[in-house]
Amino acid sequence: MTEASAALPAAQATVVRKIDIGLQRRYRAERRFRAYGIVALSIGIACVVMLFSSIVSRGYTAFEQTRVTLLVDFDPKVIAPNGDRSPDAVMSGDAFRFDELISTALQKTLDIEPDDEDGLYDALDLLSKGSTPMLRKLIADKPSLIGTRSAVDFYATGDVDAFIKGTIHADVPESQRNIKDRHIKLIDRLENTGTMHLAFNTGLFTFGASSRPELAGVGVAAVGSFMMMLVVLTLSLPLGVAGSIYLEEFAPKNRWTDLIEVNINNLAAVPSIVYGMLGLAVFINFMHLPRSASLVGGLVLTLTTLPTIIITTRAALKAVPPSIREAGLGIGASKMQTVFHHVLPLAVPGILTGTIIGLAHALGETAPLLMIGMKAFVVNYPTTPFDPATSLPTQIFMWATEPERAFSERTSAAIMILLAFLLAMNSIAIILRRAFERRW
Amino acid sequence: MSEVQTPAPFKTSRTPDAAPRPTKVLTRDVKVVYGQKQALHGVSIDIPEKSVTAFIGPSGCGKSTFLRCINRMNDTIVGARVDGTIELDGVSIWEPSLDVVELRARVGMVFQKPNPFPKSIFENVAYGPRIHGLARSKADLEEIVITSLQKASLYNEVKDRLDEPGTGLSGGQQQRLCIARAIAVSPEVILMDEPCSALDPIATAKVEELIDELRANYTIVIVTHSMQQAARVSQRTAFFHLGHLIEEGPTDHIFTNPLEQRTQDYITGRFG
Amino acid sequence: MGPLTLIALIAGLSLFGFFLGRWKSIAMAGSGAPLHSRPNHYGSFVLVWTAVPALVVLTLLVIARPLILDQTIRSHLPSDIVTSGDVSLAISGVEQVADGLKAVTPDEYENIHLGVVSARRIFADHGIPLGGDVSPYQLTAAIAANDTERLITLTTTTAVVGALALGLFLAFIRIKPRLRARNSVERVVLTLLIAASTVAILTTVGIVLSLLFQALQFFSMVSPINFYFGTVWDPRFAAAGSSESGQFGILPLAWGTAYISLFALLVAVPIGLLSAIYMAEYASPKVRAISKPTLEILAGIPTIVYGFFALVTVGPMIRDYLALPLGLGNSGNNVVTAGVVMGIMIIPYVSSLSDDIITAVPRAMREGSLGLGATRSETIKRVVLPAALPGIVGAILLAASRAIGETMIVVLAAGVAANLSANPFAEMTTITVKIVNQLTGDLEFTSPQTLVAFALGITLFVITLGLNVIALTIVRKYREQYE
Repeated sequence: MTEASAALPAAQATVVRKIDIGLQRRYRAERRFRAYGIVALSIGIACVVMLFSSIVSRGYTAFEQTRVTLLVDFDPKVIAPNGDRSPDAVMSGDAFRFDELISTALQKTLDIEPDDEDGLYDALDLLSKGSTPMLRKLIADKPSLIGTRSAVDFYATGDVDAFIKGTIHADVPESQRNIKDRHIKLIDRLENTGTMHLAFNTGLFTFGASSRPELAGVGVAAVGSFMMMLVVLTLSLPLGVAGSIYLEEFAPKNRWTDLIEVNINNLAAVPSIVYGMLGLAVFINFMHLPRSASLVGGLVLTLTTLPTIIITTRAALKAVPPSIREAGLGIGASKMQTVFHHVLPLAVPGILTGTIIGLAHALGETAPLLMIGMKAFVVNYPTTPFDPATSLPTQIFMWATEPERAFSERTSAAIMILLAFLLAMNSIAIILRRAFERRW
Repeated sequence: MSEVQTPAPFKTSRTPDAAPRPTKVLTRDVKVVYGQKQALHGVSIDIPEKSVTAFIGPSGCGKSTFLRCINRMNDTIVGARVDGTIELDGVSIWEPSLDVVELRARVGMVFQKPNPFPKSIFENVAYGPRIHGLARSKADLEEIVITSLQKASLYNEVKDRLDEPGTGLSGGQQQRLCIARAIAVSPEVILMDEPCSALDPIATAKVEELIDELRANYTIVIVTHSMQQAARVSQRTAFFHLGHLIEEGPTDHIFTNPLEQRTQDYITGRFG
Repeated sequence: MGPLTLIALIAGLSLFGFFLGRWKSIAMAGSGAPLHSRPNHYGSFVLVWTAVPALVVLTLLVIARPLILDQTIRSHLPSDIVTSGDVSLAISGVEQVADGLKAVTPDEYENIHLGVVSARRIFADHGIPLGGDVSPYQLTAAIAANDTERLITLTTTTAVVGALALGLFLAFIRIKPRLRARNSVERVVLTLLIAASTVAILTTVGIVLSLLFQALQFFSMVSPINFYFGTVWDPRFAAAGSSESGQFGILPLAWGTAYISLFALLVAVPIGLLSAIYMAEYASPKVRAISKPTLEILAGIPTIVYGFFALVTVGPMIRDYLALPLGLGNSGNNVVTAGVVMGIMIIPYVSSLSDDIITAVPRAMREGSLGLGATRSETIKRVVLPAALPGIVGAILLAASRAIGETMIVVLAAGVAANLSANPFAEMTTITVKIVNQLTGDLEFTSPQTLVAFALGITLFVITLGLNVIALTIVRKYREQYE
């Protein structure tokens, strides 16, 4: 600037000096400020990307699982030594006879000599310890199998699964890995014959809690979550909508309603763990409702969701223009009729959107559920809201602290499933909002 | 009131209204307070049956406020307080035996901005009869809807699309739909709060024509900011200013020979 | 009749009442009387007056029932048990016997009464196992309890049926053409709406009372001074009957909470605020339309997911690239890990609210500054931000309250050791972590080890409530200013 002005005639120089307001410096500052913004925004977005890629890259492998297909000889002499082929007979009696079926099948597949016990045990190490009960259940469900020879898919253990997927490396010293060299030889042979292969992991969606990763799934937890969501929906929607209608349409403006208003806004920001403690103290310790029941979980989540639903419902009611209310009142409808016939129907899309978003929050809520004991090892599907249940987020929490690699993979997969549900719910909410958005 | 009254011919109103009619709505010393602000300072007026009474005056003069007192729409405004006497057919509108809902069914209202329900044309008109139980059967209801639409001179324009949303009509049609909706509950009085302010001149002309026709069966009170409109449609006119009723009388008197200087000034366009 | 049968009866009769009322009003209208309300209103009128009194009676008696039974059993307990303090155990013992007595046949009952056969054996035949044999006081108390119970059931049935009949009859004869049935029904609906709106208040009252009640029990064992000023957290294990109470100093936990929240704000405030400024003032509508919802995704992700992310991704990264090279720690569970991840979580809380607040600054203010020749950044820094400052402070306080109350991230990523240390790579723990620790597993609502969680809980509640009230007041005042 100064150089340029020096070159100019004196008269003009004064003019230039007047408008010399440090433009270059100021524009540099402007660009810097802008760059800070871009950097901040990029970091924020990078966090989103990193979070998702971290979860997906860890979890996608869990959707496939290593299976071992064995040709099993359903020998009636072994299965039904006394000739009774009924499911009851199959389910009772010595469990070892089914081990024998598997051992025989393995010996045939891998050409293990009948007297080579170590070889057989090494091969059995590869199969999930849940294989025997599974085979037994299969036969009980389908007695026509007895006497035939058919292929059965067995689960490999979590360690074999991890080895196949390449998360346990063969170049690690043998003493530091669960899969020993002799196992690797067997695995190679099974893989080459196509006996051992990867297949879609249906168990992830249907099984419950298990200490064996290959038999653990989120099915039971998902049902628990679903039951809780039903409880939340049936309680919080009517309560929230009724409360909002009163506050928005009928309540006089006074200290009491002001207090309710402030109170609701604060409740929305109370840490969720506090709701869990309320649930523990009131529902379990005082009312003696069963611990770990989805009913109690639903009640607690109802309380956490209510403020959200009330706030969004009130906004939706507020968005209905007063002219609609005047029209109703003007032809002699009562206030109640005007609200229920005209205002509420128009607010429905907004209310639904808010409800879905509230439910999505409730679905991901973990801490309050830990308080009321929904961190239980639940193997069976709950059938009533009083049964012990667990939920998707608490299942994730329990798996997250398991050291085994196969559980870590499943934790990520369970998170992906949870996020998929949330994504679906939020998409529905967005679509609803777009479809019914009304400009007055 | 001056003793000399010039018997001027009725040039302004379309149809002369010779014989004095019985009073439908009587008000005495009506005062309205919104919070701290007094909006009306004691208004007393007699509104005759089966004729059009126009309220004119500059904005904020209290004419709409007064109109909304007659069917107690001011009840819905927080902090509004109404004092004085308002009688409908000699019965106070605050009489405990008279339900506010019943009152509003008898005193219908048409608003400044057309406000049809976001429902079909049919449903818009049918809603009132339905909640008041005016139709005994579906056929009854249909008849009420059709007659109301006919009375509102809208039927011919919409008869093929009664299922379509009322919000899809043009502004003028929407306002006539709102009038049909008000007529459908067979009110005795129809209050109109600047019904043409949101309409174009052609639609305005249609609505004005309609008001003139409705006069045969209904008592109509119309608030308007247009003096020409008041002159065209009303038999009696009341001039409001700053919350006071300045002058009230037959429309032609008010427009040709007002008693008050302020009325004169307003009509000649000196303020307002 | 059981409560479910009674509810079914109430439902059936009130529905019947609905049709009865409707029918009567139609009949009256047919005879020429103009009705005040619609027939359905008259029907609902009868329905409401049939159902509501009966439901109220039923609810009251169902609530009273366990209290009365408890009192009955209590009055039959021998005085040595009452003084020994194991009353609740004795009561549940009697309840078991009472349940057993319900299952036995009259003959067997006679035998028990005469002492011919032991009650324990007969109960066992009916599949009711008892811990020990039945002592005489238990038997008398159980019989008295069962008698009272029968009496209550009978009273309940009579009262409910009476209320139903009376309500139905009175409502029916009150139906006249001029009866304001609609107004009456609408008043009941309004009462229901009001009741629904008080649930929010009841929740708050419930939180405060339940936390306070247990916390006061805790403070009767451990003095509040030791709790609030203690620098050592060592609760020991809640071994039954052990008199060892351990040390319950909240300061290490409060320090951990504050330290982690501080890190979270250090991450979230610059990123969130600068993003908000960029989105509000610079970004093209297209960029804004993509970036705003993308950042808001962060708010929709469950905290357990962040916890796992911290545990498996961020924790090891911070351990390997920062803590170990600096020689400050060797664990992934530390203040920085939890703080950074929590910061990511609260970015959208800062950015969304700040964005709203910045866009609420009137256009005229910006134009005034731009019109003087200020650059955009100067306008933002000198005009927009100062105007928006109170709102932004509110947003940050709200975010801080989130961070303080956050649980899952710290449970998974902060550690469990209570440390009073300035080293950000040390394991530290927070109030919420300790609440989870003390309340999972076996609970004994008489030991300080369990009850301390409620003292922590009410402290947490008061802190976050205070922050929220301040923040919301600031934000509300700010909004009103520009409305």
